[in-house]
Amino acid sequence: MGSILEGFIKAFSLIVQLDRELLSIILLSLEVSGSALIIASSLGIPAGSILGLKKFRGRGLIISLSNTFMGLPPVVVGLFVYLLLSRRGPIGFMALLYTPSAMITAQTILVFPIITSLCHSAVISVDPIIRQAAATLGATPFQAALTIIKEARYGILSGVIAGLGRAMGEIGAILIVGGNIAGYTRVMTTTIALETDKGNFELALALGIILLIISLLINIGLHFIQRKGMVRTIR
Amino acid sequence: MSLELVVSNISKRYSSDAILKNCSFTFNSSGIYVLMGSNGSGKSTFLRICALLEAPDSGDINFYSEGKPVIKDISLMRRITLLLPKIGVFNTTVYKNVVYGLNIRNLQRNDITLRAEKALDFVGLLQKKNQKALTLSSGETKRLGIARALVIEPEIFFLDEPTASIDQKNTEIIEEIIQKMKNYHKATVVMTTHDMEQARRLADCLIVMNNGLILTA
Repeated sequence: MGSILEGFIKAFSLIVQLDRELLSIILLSLEVSGSALIIASSLGIPAGSILGLKKFRGRGLIISLSNTFMGLPPVVVGLFVYLLLSRRGPIGFMALLYTPSAMITAQTILVFPIITSLCHSAVISVDPIIRQAAATLGATPFQAALTIIKEARYGILSGVIAGLGRAMGEIGAILIVGGNIAGYTRVMTTTIALETDKGNFELALALGIILLIISLLINIGLHFIQRKGMVRTIR
Repeated sequence: MSLELVVSNISKRYSSDAILKNCSFTFNSSGIYVLMGSNGSGKSTFLRICALLEAPDSGDINFYSEGKPVIKDISLMRRITLLLPKIGVFNTTVYKNVVYGLNIRNLQRNDITLRAEKALDFVGLLQKKNQKALTLSSGETKRLGIARALVIEPEIFFLDEPTASIDQKNTEIIEEIIQKMKNYHKATVVMTTHDMEQARRLADCLIVMNNGLILTA
């Protein structure tokens, strides 16, 4: 109990002193997860919107696959990306394994189905009357589609925030493809695992506290967005 | 009236039910046309087909401008509008709801502001322009729907049951607005109602529908 308390005290002191190693790990985590989120959102929001707005052959299958992949085990994604990027893999020539780019790729694959599925759900939950209302006011089909996406914005944003939460807390995939190299691919979650193994709880706890704070901020953001969206009652 | 609507022998079925049976009518003068009929008489379907929101199974809908036929494309869709029974309010402010139709037409900002404020003033919602549209009462929501449609200055304005499920006071306000619409920019107003008294109060031309047929006009 005493060592845990001691660990907490040392952890807070690391945070307060803005320890350089701690800061570089946090910044790399934010850089990797942020980049993955931007790429996954850029692909996932249009994909989810098309799935929600257009009816085409194979749409049901894609929706089912997207929903299934929401729960992809990170280690499986890590293994898949590892095989792709390893020297003998199809894109091994790019020498991306054990780089932040490999970690971004793995996290993008993990986050993309979450954003796609939640964006699709948000778009289909918009009352069909909105499309008709837009049409009666002279909107082209494209303008009407944009209006529906705009109406679904709170749901879409919730999906993006859920994706960020998934990326920030993930360890399995980035450990496999990033290799946890100090000062290069070491992020918060991999450091926590490593330092805990070594019995060095101060840094692990400090990062754990920061990860919890980030998670809390994400959830507050999610709650705020959901509350704002709740005003919605179709008239 | 610059836009004339000629409906010729339109029919429409939903599954096995015939909703409209060979309905024909010509809307060729500005004023208020009221389609009167009980629930299920086909008046809403007739209105949706006239507003090009649905296609008939058979028959023709043709628009003419100064005697010449008008192609049924987005340009024509922007010269007419339909107020749906359920308005479909956008989750934003009253003002942004009203300017929607103007923004998608890429009008000048000054023009947009002037027209939006005129329309909001016309329906008595100017004071609430910055309010969240979803917090308006049912009657105010109907008035917002009218302002949102009026601001685009439609040549034919279809209104489907504009006073359904709202209180007496708001019904009177909306009836007054509809009567004043004729002077707003000389639009042709085509509305449906199941209220005979209301039809008599508002109609310049009364059209009675029953069981998918136009009985009298």
